[in-house]
Amino acid sequence: MTPAIRIAGVTKRFRSLQALAGVDLEVAQGEFFGLLGPNGAGKTTLISSLSGLARPDSGTLEVMGHDVVRDYRAARMSLGVVPQELVFDPFFSVREMLVLQSGYFGLKKNDDWIDEILHHLDLTPKANANMRMLSGGMKRRALVAQALVHRPPVIVLDEPTAGVDVELRQGLWAFIRKLNQDGHTIVLTTHYLEEAETLCGRIAMLKAGRIVALDTTANLLQRFASHLLQVKLAAPVALPPLLAARVLREVDGGLEFGFEHFDDVADILAGVRAAGGSIVDMALGKPDMEQVFVGIMNQN
Amino acid sequence: MEGFKTLLYKECLRFWKVGFQTVLSPVLTAVLYLLIFGHVLEDHVQPFPGVNYTAFLVPGLVMMTVLQNAFANSSSSLIQSKITGNIVFVLLPPISYREFYAAYVIAAVLRGAMCGAGVLLAALPFVSFDIAQPGWIVAFTLIGGAFLGSLGVIAGIWADKFDQLAAFQNFLIMPLTMLSGVFYSIHSLPAFWQGVSHFNPFFFMIDGFRYGFFGVSDVSPWTSIGVVLTCFVVLAVVTLQMLARGYKLRA
Repeated sequence: MTPAIRIAGVTKRFRSLQALAGVDLEVAQGEFFGLLGPNGAGKTTLISSLSGLARPDSGTLEVMGHDVVRDYRAARMSLGVVPQELVFDPFFSVREMLVLQSGYFGLKKNDDWIDEILHHLDLTPKANANMRMLSGGMKRRALVAQALVHRPPVIVLDEPTAGVDVELRQGLWAFIRKLNQDGHTIVLTTHYLEEAETLCGRIAMLKAGRIVALDTTANLLQRFASHLLQVKLAAPVALPPLLAARVLREVDGGLEFGFEHFDDVADILAGVRAAGGSIVDMALGKPDMEQVFVGIMNQN
Repeated sequence: MEGFKTLLYKECLRFWKVGFQTVLSPVLTAVLYLLIFGHVLEDHVQPFPGVNYTAFLVPGLVMMTVLQNAFANSSSSLIQSKITGNIVFVLLPPISYREFYAAYVIAAVLRGAMCGAGVLLAALPFVSFDIAQPGWIVAFTLIGGAFLGSLGVIAGIWADKFDQLAAFQNFLIMPLTMLSGVFYSIHSLPAFWQGVSHFNPFFFMIDGFRYGFFGVSDVSPWTSIGVVLTCFVVLAVVTLQMLARGYKLRA
């Protein structure tokens, strides 16, 4: 099956900044895919290159098999993008804006779908309100509505929940999940790593314009350890090298160890005590995406 | 094609929604020019034989209004969209750069023509004249409007802030318009300045447009239409090249 997105050897430089340094990536149709990375990692540049807002220096990008440069009309018809910035046109109401956006994509009579999108995004009561009159969260949802107006098979959401309150965020994700279940491919960038962990089946992590990790969410979560042991000490101690190598990070004056089997817990605790450490608190846990993210970024 | 039609409709709707600012204000400004300059100079200046000054002034003011508003429409729309960021709404859809250009320029011509028609209608109670050759009026309105609409697209894309656009408007468009013979016949100027005027494309637009009203002009309307058409084609090619390359629009 044709991949929803195929990116091959894409580079992009802005003066001295290498924004993308050779990105290769494929996203299959129907995936809920996460694109993570710190600020400046190249996520938005990659999305911009995919949507035609930026032109890569080299490499190719395809959406549903359509090259975004040579076959840009078909590629853009297949892609809906929710931009990161909270932008709107102050001249128009929500409905006017959606009707115009439909027209840009060649759709004349799109009222039924527009009504459905407005309903799912809780925007029906504001359909005839000017965009200026909407709250930040509503403007964000209006942006989502705009991206969906031409029913694109591939939807890219660039930090769509920034500034959206918890209740509305859940409603938004329920709708996006439904779209994914209906067959739409979703690509998500977010700084809320728990969102990516919950929603995405596969995740790519970008750093300095390169993909530094690409795997299923489950595999990424087990990359450093299956389990975690957090130990708080009365005072810092020097651990022997073998034990120090098991420390994933230091948290709030304590140490976080990774381990595979629960039998290892006794060995770790014994090692800490042998090094002269006095344990004042401890907790067991599972790694989350934030820990994986920090670990991968530090490794690279 | 639907994308182009929608973008054109949106550009027209945009200026129509703020019609007091975009249509009525320029008409009022031009009528004030007409009343004041006409009153002061009516008995002192007769630019063409048999044509009084107020009647002479009307076509110049109409064309000046057409040109200034055509420029203002495309330039202000683009810079507003760029600065607020909503330009992405027209860059993400499958609209070609040619359709993009055509939509912005045609909307600019329509606003210019609407403002020009408004000035003409508002002037009718104060002057009476026969229109000698309406074909020239239509031709210069369309080509002159498209010329300034293109220039507006260039300025709107090039400018990164409103200050730069204001500089473009006040240091280029305004002097070229005011020194183009709107208020005088260039035959009243010293020979040197008459020569300089022939390097100002706005002069040919005003002069040719005026020919449509009176059947007399400073230079042949064929010369004027040739100059204006050439300038427009050059500007259109430059603008299309900018759009094709995505200059300041697509990173």
